Amino acid sequence: MNVHEYQAKELMAQFGVPVPRGGLAQTPEEAVDVARELSSDVFVVKAQIHAGGRGKGGGVKVCRNLDEVKAAAADILGMHLVTHQTGPEGKLVHKVWVEEGTDIARELYVAVVLDRGAERMAVMASPSGGMDIEKVAEETPELIFFSRMEPGQPLWDFQCRQLLFGSSLDAGQVRQGTKMLQALVTMAMAKDATLVEINPLAVTGEGNLIALDGKINFDDSALRRNPDISELKDPTETDPLELEATELGLNYIRLDGNVGTMVNGAGLAMATMDVVNMAGARAANFLDVGGGANEEMIGKGFEIILNDPNVQAILINIFGGILRCDVLAGGVVAAAKKIDLKVPLVVRLEGTNVAEGRKILEESGLAFEVAASMSEAAAKVASVLGGQA
Amino acid sequence: MSILVNKDTRVVVQGLTGKEGMFHAEQMIAYGTNVVAGVTPGKGGQSALGVPVFNTVAEAVDKTGANVSLVFVPAAFAADSACEAADAGVDLVVVISEHIPVMDMIRAKAFLNARGVKMVGPNCPGIITPGECKIGIQPGYIHKPGTVGLVSRSGTLTYEVVHQITSAGLGQSTCIGIGGDPIIGLNFVQLLELFRDDPGTEAVCLIGEIGGDAEEQAAAVVAAGYPKPVFGFVAGLTAPPGKRMGHAGAIISGSKGRAQDKLAAMEAAGITVVRALGEFGATVAQALK
Repeated sequence: MNVHEYQAKELMAQFGVPVPRGGLAQTPEEAVDVARELSSDVFVVKAQIHAGGRGKGGGVKVCRNLDEVKAAAADILGMHLVTHQTGPEGKLVHKVWVEEGTDIARELYVAVVLDRGAERMAVMASPSGGMDIEKVAEETPELIFFSRMEPGQPLWDFQCRQLLFGSSLDAGQVRQGTKMLQALVTMAMAKDATLVEINPLAVTGEGNLIALDGKINFDDSALRRNPDISELKDPTETDPLELEATELGLNYIRLDGNVGTMVNGAGLAMATMDVVNMAGARAANFLDVGGGANEEMIGKGFEIILNDPNVQAILINIFGGILRCDVLAGGVVAAAKKIDLKVPLVVRLEGTNVAEGRKILEESGLAFEVAASMSEAAAKVASVLGGQA
Repeated sequence: MSILVNKDTRVVVQGLTGKEGMFHAEQMIAYGTNVVAGVTPGKGGQSALGVPVFNTVAEAVDKTGANVSLVFVPAAFAADSACEAADAGVDLVVVISEHIPVMDMIRAKAFLNARGVKMVGPNCPGIITPGECKIGIQPGYIHKPGTVGLVSRSGTLTYEVVHQITSAGLGQSTCIGIGGDPIIGLNFVQLLELFRDDPGTEAVCLIGEIGGDAEEQAAAVVAAGYPKPVFGFVAGLTAPPGKRMGHAGAIISGSKGRAQDKLAAMEAAGITVVRALGEFGATVAQALK
């Protein structure tokens, strides 16, 4: 789960990381109120969406007075902000964060990350802050400093010293930075964050460190034990169909094609999307109804898929394992009858009791296209779509 | 022949008396697996499915000689259960549970490594040596004893491939679902090494998906010289970046973890890559003729 910059900064501040003073606004008037309260010479108005690269897209503005704050907030609120992470349609901005300006001498990068390969958390730093860190890693790998933590052990001071002296900080700043990195690690452990990133981390004119941005990814599997984090979820950041699917207990991701897919199991669901595309059509979604799909889940799956107006055909691909195909076929038939299906449906069943399952589909009186294999299923989908695909 | 588990394997099921545990343990016993013990704290002294239940894994191992544990407990307790099994001295822990927090898995993995105990999973269908023993939730009947080794990050996708291989007239030596999480036990590389040394395995199939670099690592092992033919598939060619595709570990981050890069690495290493999933079984059968 992702959170907004302002939420990340508030959480970091709770753990002792210095961040600029600021406040949230949903209207230009509120932005002015926040700025007045801050009583600073310079303000920064920042769009709050779940995407990086907001500055380049016009979502971050530096202001010298309250009128400029009002104008900046009016520009940014309600805009469809396009960045390299949003896709061409951009993201609608509902909130801005207004903070005091910072006198920036230098910009660094620090992060706490999950190192999948090493199976542990690691800490990173770079003197090249304020840039896309993947680009820094590619072009100047010598400017990325990296230190792995031992599972169950603290982030030792020496590890911080290596990273921070490497990033050309002086001894006093290294002491500040050590406290900051250790606070970030404590926060990551306490709240099950698998990525904590400050980019940029500013060195001020006075030589102090302060977090100018904040990004945190939380482990979805640990949200149950972090109810305070669950509450930070912003439903406007998620596709409404995806939200609805989550409520129904389905694993659904909306895509831009016209073939709705419904599959049991995540890997098979991805492979089914791929096969559909290979046959010349495009999948409208990823939908995993669970390894043990049943009539109820299939019914819910239909509901979600058909809420997408782009769907012109549906492909159901079920591998009946311990759940038998005849039971699954019964589920498909019952669910399809209930919803009065108006688009062509291709069903591919395989696995336990497959003959009985296919017979149930064929004798249902419904206009199913039944396919025997993955390749045949995809070809049938492409053919029912005719030239439209 | 096989790797890791065979007809002599003695299984203890942690969470045997739960609904899922009972259902799948019954299927495992019907398949011929030696399920020798169950563990449910507080239910020691009872029995289920004719199997004695103990309060701790240590007691179960002591009394029954169990050497592989199957973890069937809710995610919040699964890491603890895996550590308990490792501490009790089993050789292998198979974790089926899904949605285990990453931080728990990091600590559990370090605990298991320190004791030299192997793990399969979590968030996986388990491990099966066809005709000998099934430890997990796989549909047993789609498998057939044979010489193809199979390793996969996914559940039903594994069944699809196994079914194709069996339908094409071949059988499997051992099939392992390594799980869809970011932190897992045995990985492609370790299993390639075990299959290399198994005289009963003639060829190996790797079923990957987007996220991480497990497929690239496997490709490097094969590129360095691997004595048996290797076949590969990667799911998620059309997956959008930045979205978790069902599995916690299946996510393209920035430019990392993309299916096309994994397929390219596999191809460059000399792995026979199958792009159309429907043709996997036939491709393997054709090559091994």
